[in-house]
Amino acid sequence: MPIVEIKDLRVTFTGGGKPVPAVSGVDLEVERGETLAILGESGSGKSVTLRALMRLNPEGKSRMEGTVRVAGQDVAALGRRELRAFRGRTAAMIFQEPSLALDPVYTLGQQIAEAVMVHDGCSRNEAMARALALFERVRIPSPERRLQAYPHEMSGGMRQRAMIALALSCRPQLLLADEPTTALDATVQIQILVLVRELQREFGLAVIFVTHDIGVAVEVADRIAVMYAGRVVESGPMREVIRRPRHPYTIGLLRSRAHGALAKGARLETIPGAPPDLADLPPGCPFAPRCFLATATCATTAPGPEPVGAGHQARCLRVDATAALLPAVAEG
Amino acid sequence: MLSYVLRRLIYMIPIVVGVSLVCFVLVHLAPGDPLVSVLPPDASEALKAQMMATYGFDRPYWHQFGLWVGRALQGDLGTSIATSRPVASEVLRAVSNTLLLAAVATAIGFAFGCLFGFVAGYFHDSWIDKAASALAVVGVSVPHYWLGMVLVIVFSVELNLLPPTGAGPDGSGDWAWNWAHMRHLILPAVTMSVIPMGIIARTVRALVADILGQEFVGALRAKGLGDRGVFRHVVKNAAPTALAVMGLQLGYLLGGSILIETVFSWPGTGFLLNAAIFQRDLPLLQGTILVLALFFVFLNLAVDVLQTGLDPRIQRG
Ligand SMILES: Nc1ncnc2c1ncn2[C@@H]1O[C@H](COP(=O)(O)OP(=O)(O)OP(=O)(O)O)[C@@H](O)[C@H]1O
Ligand SMILES: [Mg+2]
Repeated sequence: MPIVEIKDLRVTFTGGGKPVPAVSGVDLEVERGETLAILGESGSGKSVTLRALMRLNPEGKSRMEGTVRVAGQDVAALGRRELRAFRGRTAAMIFQEPSLALDPVYTLGQQIAEAVMVHDGCSRNEAMARALALFERVRIPSPERRLQAYPHEMSGGMRQRAMIALALSCRPQLLLADEPTTALDATVQIQILVLVRELQREFGLAVIFVTHDIGVAVEVADRIAVMYAGRVVESGPMREVIRRPRHPYTIGLLRSRAHGALAKGARLETIPGAPPDLADLPPGCPFAPRCFLATATCATTAPGPEPVGAGHQARCLRVDATAALLPAVAEG
Repeated sequence: MLSYVLRRLIYMIPIVVGVSLVCFVLVHLAPGDPLVSVLPPDASEALKAQMMATYGFDRPYWHQFGLWVGRALQGDLGTSIATSRPVASEVLRAVSNTLLLAAVATAIGFAFGCLFGFVAGYFHDSWIDKAASALAVVGVSVPHYWLGMVLVIVFSVELNLLPPTGAGPDGSGDWAWNWAHMRHLILPAVTMSVIPMGIIARTVRALVADILGQEFVGALRAKGLGDRGVFRHVVKNAAPTALAVMGLQLGYLLGGSILIETVFSWPGTGFLLNAAIFQRDLPLLQGTILVLALFFVFLNLAVDVLQTGLDPRIQRG
């Protein structure tokens, strides 16, 4: 049984004015020990999907529909106490900006120990010992001293390591990572990716890794899900999706990636147009207005998921047309 | 931390010297003859000269200043012209009364200000927030001497529950911790607490709303903390600023209490200053101002040190 099962997840923000369907009908599955990368441009609903897994979207201002099961538990049905036990213990999260995600007036040791004490009910000394072991594990130099440090006293990379230590402190089965390397320098970024991959193997973690960088997704993922306007438009095994993308949006993403070997003078292709206004989506395929393959039908008919390979699906009416493009994409 | 405090204390020496100079000069620049209120209008020149010599008003200003500072350092602030009692003891009693009133008022204001501010910030933009904020605005903008009079009319005149004036049943101005004295404290303290309450409520509301909007609160929930755990973090984040505002409010109340002390005839520094000014009691005026000014200097230091100690983000540079 997969550890994460999301079926027809919809999250609508109802805060002000027109309701915003940030996530509209997402299906995802993640097996134990597997890493799924969620790719997509800004505003496509990646973070909202991730937060829905821990019910962290503001309850008063958003509505959540569909089923979300994590480790056999129906997340939407958890009571307050169960939810607290679930968060941090079954699933844990690391954030894009560790400097914002850590409390500035508590030491890192206190923040980790706090989580350990809440979940395991152990003494402060035991919790601190666990924090120390974790700091050693995520390779923070002079860990005893760093446990006494405040977040602002550390570099970005060290803070993210501390954040990872915090997330792993209660031995979760699922790690949710929301662009954890975006705010970091390229070299530090790679170190963090390597660390996450290592820890994932060691702890047998399932990981959902949100990123808008295909390079990062290739580095960490077993499978990839590409999101656009609150839906998963393409998903499949990482190599399959990278080598044989079948949704025009994925093709666009791959083409717009600057290759190291980009020939001099070659144009970097971008996807024309701007991301759609979620509060005012067209009736058909939301990508149709920007799609180079769009037909009149695309503007009126919403596509369902089409199987296009082993475990590979694309939500596109023109999967036949994209199949014809394949050699070009693979070479490009 | 200790060296930081020491350094701050050394920085204060020139401030203290400046303060005492200013307060000496100010009082001597003010027009009027200091002896006019104690001498009969028809006093002889000889008597006048003798009195001037007794109080030292005949010497050059720099000499007077030197004498005054020298004595002040030994705790002698001269003798009140009006009451012939040592200024130091008069000031001390007034200071302790004002301190008592201001401290109790600040404590009440802080407690209710935090409560209202917290609730308003927690339920940001709801009707609870609007009600609590409206209350805070009223607290800040209502003239407190007027509020004092209204409270006197209601609780002293109409209901006859609490005494309207003074600090104790015997009218001596000496405080004692018993109900007979504490009854006198209630009305002025409540009146005075309205100002810090409003300001602290607004501060805490803004702080709490800001803190709750920060990403780390979501991260705290993500690691499994409940409302109580999050509350602890919010309090610790808000505390340095809230306490600093409270300290400053205490400072304002210590200095700005002339109106309330006059309305309630509370024998504090405001009352004393008022009396000293109207009776042109120079030694008393100087001594009171000096003590108040020094008090502010130390209060600021205390607030800074407290805030630095509480907030790890402030560098002790
Ligand atoms: N708290 C919120 N209140 C109202 N709308 C929200 C809220 N959070 C997200 N949204 C809406 O949901 C949409 C999707 O946001 P989301 O944060 O999931 O995007 P994302 O894919 O993570 O983008 P990014 O790469 O910029 O992080 C946004 O367009 C935003 O308008
Ligand atoms: Mg995001």
